[in-house]
Amino acid sequence: MMLHRSISLLTVGCLLASAALAQKTAVQSIEEYRAMLQDGNPADLFEAKGEDLWKQKRGPKNASLEKCDLGKGPGVVKGAFVELPRYFSDTNKVQDLESRLLTCMETLQGFNAVEIAKTPFGRGEQNNMTALVTWISAESKGMKFNLSQVHPQEKTFYEVGKRLFFQRAGPHDFSCSSCHGQDNTRIRLQDLPNLTKNPGDGIGFAAWPAYRVSNGQMWGMQQRLNDCYRQQRFPYPGFASDATVALGVYLGVNSQGSASVAPAIKR
Amino acid sequence: MKTQHKITLSVLVAAAIIAGCATAPSSADLDKTTAAVVKSSFRDEGIVKASVLDTDETNKACSAADVAGKPLDEATAKAIEASNMKTIKWPANGKFLGNWQEGEKLAQSGRGLTWTDDAKTPNGGNCYNCHQIDKKEISFGTIGPSLYNFGKLRGVSDPNSPASKAMVEYTWGKIWNAKAYNACSNMPRAGHMGIMTEAQVADLVALLLDPKSPVNQ
Repeated sequence: MMLHRSISLLTVGCLLASAALAQKTAVQSIEEYRAMLQDGNPADLFEAKGEDLWKQKRGPKNASLEKCDLGKGPGVVKGAFVELPRYFSDTNKVQDLESRLLTCMETLQGFNAVEIAKTPFGRGEQNNMTALVTWISAESKGMKFNLSQVHPQEKTFYEVGKRLFFQRAGPHDFSCSSCHGQDNTRIRLQDLPNLTKNPGDGIGFAAWPAYRVSNGQMWGMQQRLNDCYRQQRFPYPGFASDATVALGVYLGVNSQGSASVAPAIKR
Repeated sequence: MKTQHKITLSVLVAAAIIAGCATAPSSADLDKTTAAVVKSSFRDEGIVKASVLDTDETNKACSAADVAGKPLDEATAKAIEASNMKTIKWPANGKFLGNWQEGEKLAQSGRGLTWTDDAKTPNGGNCYNCHQIDKKEISFGTIGPSLYNFGKLRGVSDPNSPASKAMVEYTWGKIWNAKAYNACSNMPRAGHMGIMTEAQVADLVALLLDPKSPVNQ
């Protein structure tokens, strides 16, 4: 502010030059901050915890998750993440990674899935859930998304997800599409991916779970969608609810062939 | 309760699939399934009630057009704009311009009406999230057009002059209810939906049109 005042005494030409310089410096420092983020990803810690949790005997049944079927057979983790959400015949439902883990934690370990789903993010078993999804996603790092659209419920969930994506409501009339329906736009300085089509490798659906530097938290896709809905001024989407899974199908199918960079790091 | 919802939904999805049988479910079936999914998935939280999803015909028509990937036909768009135009409340005291300094504060704030806000959180205008406004603020969004020099570019040198009347009214109306001018605009209807008060809308109009506002330097 002070700087601007003193500069105002100079010629208009100088003023314009200095304004351009100030602007460049601010943008540059933001770029530097972003570059700094690439140095190390604290997601590594969540990844290690997740692997331990997968193998550890826990819950009322004192069992590990090693027999959990994430879609590629019991215990197969590598490659499972990039095919989720998908239809599971044992539950007769389309499930994303989090909702599938709830099933496994209930059936194999004896946890109460409803109770875990009700637990707020960042507390109790939800912290374990975050670590698990971080590790499971890391096991598919660099692999390309390839969601099945064969089962009728998978097709239905894609269409439902599409309708949810464009659902305008709430006091601000916002939909997912308000921010993610066009190319090359920003909210403030934050670049926004266009999620109505394939945004490319490591962008949008292919960038979560991610560690968020701004609040020092590790977030899975469920929490990412939850916070989008919060900012949309929508009511609260239940954890692993069908709306969130259907949106996951829409975003995941749109990202077909793009490489997952999860666990990613974000501002 | 939750389990019950899930069972209900599975039955609905299954019914939709059986109804479609060999053929894929129709768009109307999918709309119904979506409504059931919404009902079972969202709940009240904090100050936000699930009922905010029961939206009006404007949003319903625009969402459907987005899903179809086709803009509204002109007649429907005009009808929606006309019905939104009727909702615009013009300033009771006849004063369209308030205080641009207050307008700038509102434009900066993105607070209010989320489930982590409380009822006492003052609502922001969210303007900088999507628009460039004062050139000094470099952290602006680009979903909406730049509003820098808004009044100057439109030749508003004296907002009280008869020559400026149409532009002053348009600016008020656009902020009050953006859908009156563009049926499926991405812009919230700040006055119509009760996000901003009449006095706050006047402050935002001043930010854009007051010749002394940094917007018009």
